[in-house]
Amino acid sequence: MKPILIKDARIIDPSQKIDSTGSILIAEGKIAWLGTGDQKPATNGHEVVVAKNLIAAPGFIDLHCHLRDPGLEEKETIASGTLAAARGGFTTVCCMPNTEPAIDNRSIIDYVKTKATSEGVVRVLPIGCITRGRKGEALADMGEMASAGAVAFSDDGSPVMNSRLMRQALDYSLAFGLPVIEHCEDKVLAENGQMNEGIISTRLGLPGIPAAAEESMVARDIALAELTGARLHIAHVSTSGSVEMVRAGKQKGIRVTCEVTPHHLTLSEEMVMGYNTNAKVNPPLRTRRDIEALIEGLKDGTIDAIATDHAPHTSLEKLCEFAYAPFGISMLETAFGMLMGLFQTGKIDLNLLISKMTWEPANILGDKFGKLGRLVVGNPADIVLIDPEKEWIVDPASFASKGQNTPLGGAKLKGKVVTTIFQGKVVFRE
Amino acid sequence: MTTNWHEDGSTILLPPKAAVTASAWRHHHILDLDDFTQDEIELILHITGSMKEVLARPIKKVPALRGKTIMTLFYENSTRTRLSFELAAKSLSADISNLTASTSSIVKGESLIDTLLTLESLGADVVIIRHPQSGAPNLAAQHIKGSVINAGDGWHAHPTQALLDMYTMRAHKGVIKDLKVTIIGDTKHSRVSRSNIWGLTTMGAVVTVCSPPTLLPIGFNQPVAYFPKVRIEPDIHKAIEGADVVMVLRLQLERMQSGLLPSMREYINLYQLNEERLKLAKPDALVMHPGPMNEGLEISTGVAHGSQSVINEQVTNGVAVRMALLYLLAGGKKA
Amino acid sequence: MSAKVILTAEDIRRTLARIAHEIIEHNKSMSDLMLVGLLTRGVPLAKRLAANIKTFESAEVAVGTLDISLYRDDLDSMDFKPLLNSTLIPGDIGQKTVILVDDVLYTGRSTRAALDALIDYGRPRAIQLAVLIDRGHRELPIRADYIGKNIPSARTEEIRVELVETDGVDQVTIFPANEEGKTA
Repeated sequence: MKPILIKDARIIDPSQKIDSTGSILIAEGKIAWLGTGDQKPATNGHEVVVAKNLIAAPGFIDLHCHLRDPGLEEKETIASGTLAAARGGFTTVCCMPNTEPAIDNRSIIDYVKTKATSEGVVRVLPIGCITRGRKGEALADMGEMASAGAVAFSDDGSPVMNSRLMRQALDYSLAFGLPVIEHCEDKVLAENGQMNEGIISTRLGLPGIPAAAEESMVARDIALAELTGARLHIAHVSTSGSVEMVRAGKQKGIRVTCEVTPHHLTLSEEMVMGYNTNAKVNPPLRTRRDIEALIEGLKDGTIDAIATDHAPHTSLEKLCEFAYAPFGISMLETAFGMLMGLFQTGKIDLNLLISKMTWEPANILGDKFGKLGRLVVGNPADIVLIDPEKEWIVDPASFASKGQNTPLGGAKLKGKVVTTIFQGKVVFRE
Repeated sequence: MTTNWHEDGSTILLPPKAAVTASAWRHHHILDLDDFTQDEIELILHITGSMKEVLARPIKKVPALRGKTIMTLFYENSTRTRLSFELAAKSLSADISNLTASTSSIVKGESLIDTLLTLESLGADVVIIRHPQSGAPNLAAQHIKGSVINAGDGWHAHPTQALLDMYTMRAHKGVIKDLKVTIIGDTKHSRVSRSNIWGLTTMGAVVTVCSPPTLLPIGFNQPVAYFPKVRIEPDIHKAIEGADVVMVLRLQLERMQSGLLPSMREYINLYQLNEERLKLAKPDALVMHPGPMNEGLEISTGVAHGSQSVINEQVTNGVAVRMALLYLLAGGKKA
Repeated sequence: MSAKVILTAEDIRRTLARIAHEIIEHNKSMSDLMLVGLLTRGVPLAKRLAANIKTFESAEVAVGTLDISLYRDDLDSMDFKPLLNSTLIPGDIGQKTVILVDDVLYTGRSTRAALDALIDYGRPRAIQLAVLIDRGHRELPIRADYIGKNIPSARTEEIRVELVETDGVDQVTIFPANEEGKTA
């Protein structure tokens, strides 16, 4: 592999509080040298990437995506999903275990890791189930999965409805130092809901998922986290009430962290008007008040990371009556572009945005992978180059992901990932 | 401003010009009353009057839609609405075919889009859809060239019912503006109430909704411009007081089973429209019901068949309203 | 050639008087007659004829109105839908001689539609046709029994009938083809 010199980029690495022009040298898959200003390393036969007017940042880390592999390969495979990740600037993705069969034992984890090595284009870190088969009845073999390489546990798609079992899961996870990621949704309260419960659901005549369905579960889980002292990570928070509770929990010293998706930061429930199945997602798009609270939570540190919850589905599955369409948005390739809108409208700082997509998500991953997301000499060379001025139009038909289900089809975005480097190899170039 | 014709023919008033002429008709589909202007609703009601006249003739048929193909696609059972559309189509000399969910390939899992494309290949000019899921007619409208009429989708809308309800009100009260209309019952799950609220508020009526709190739609009367303003009054006596029209909604028996109401007895005690309560309305108030009725449950037998009930007229007017809509959608150049 | 008034108010008055006399002359009994005006301008014309007949014969003739929109054979080719207005046929036409009254007889298609509509109401003993203006260019084998005035015209010309009841003035005007060359 040829060494690469990234020349004269604007280097942003929030973990080291770096934001200045500089250059980065990549050799043998690792970051070999980083210097700011006019400093240049000694070079010999390097490929030079002139990065003037580009931003160089650590490759993005996605704590939450669905690669659908094994079992649902018509929606996505590890190959297509990681290609989509690379196009979106992600060099590490954590894949959720709601596959078929579910990732609840060593052999499926091995399958995912093997396929990722042979077909995957970026780093894939598997998440194991909390309960066997995701059925919510009995604990899965967390220890076995941890030693096989699982980075966290989750039944995502479902919460663990049984409170006693959730307490036991949190307790048991303490042995492995890995977080339990919970999809907070009281399924009984949310019964048959298709979108956020509110005036728009009334207008459209659709049953709604009330904010309370998420918040009641967040409250329960934070109480259990306090009780057990375990690490709780709340997936895709979507309501202002959830943000308040996580804030209060952190102030009390409870080991709770949480993530938010790009769509919950930028799209409101109004996107569903006209019965747009591409805007059907769980948790649902909420109100503008919720969006403001989530942005505040990002800024004051309540929300630790931005995670995509990339959920590809086939176009045919989404082309039906709203109630029959599956939940999910194909997000990897539009995440950064959408979020740049928040920066351009002055809602958040660019450094904060990159922070929430790089070293802060890495911190959640614990010791083994916790050093990722930083442009530190010796780290794997996972780097993303961004053109913050580039205007582009979202064309779902040209996605690398098999899922074209996005409400942003045809939208004009400004700010794009133009090069993604994973372990020193260029895996995407515009 | 009326179109009353004197019987002896001696003083014939020429009809007033409707503000929206039929030539300006812009709706290719009838999905929901939420985007119909007052003028457009006036136009539909005006044409309904003409269609009523056709239905009063010895030969109840005119050739206006000859050669046009109309298909009904009912994913939910409904004999009366389907028959109403059928009679409307036949009165205009159109050809009509009916597809019901239980008797077709829909049971075999054929998707809505596939079924619609089949109907389009069979030459459907108008497809009338009733579906248990809200938004299904909207989906249909995006995928066929012909016109779609929503005959009721989920909890969302039932525009033809609201139009016939408004026609009935206007026939008795002259105008809809400033009419006090009280709607009693399960408004949360009632597409009839939603469409009526849209249509009535557009026409300037004042709507009061009386529902058990568990059966009230979420978010009514929030300061957001997504739904018309209505008065919410949980006490049936206060809700009915002074009403010009009392509209009773059917109570589905499933609501008791799913925990939304404790019992039928409780509902009857608190929300049934009976003779005593009806007296609180104006003496000439109309009693309406979209049917079919649960007599003895949401409405007492006495009121249902009493002198103020116009429930049977609603059914008759339904055919005329549907004729008017078919004429507006399909009369004229083929798309 | 610019617009030309071909019938003044006084001309129209005399013409309607003459037609009323013709109707009286050709029909045995006024009580067996019904005048049915085709909306829109046929209606005031029918009313005036009935008034004339009352003056000349002291006989009451029933007057009805007919909206032929739903019977037109050209709905398919029209870009717009005609606004519907009600038809009123006073009484049973079964034994009556119905005299259709219209302002202009042109292609004959309106009359054909009116015949279809009337027959859906019953079976009159006879149907006659009275028109204020016959401008030729028949496309169907239809002729009027009572004609106010024959106006040979080119297809590109427009003949406009205005009556006090509908337009505030009584006159019939012929217009040459307008700038876009459209016919009436």
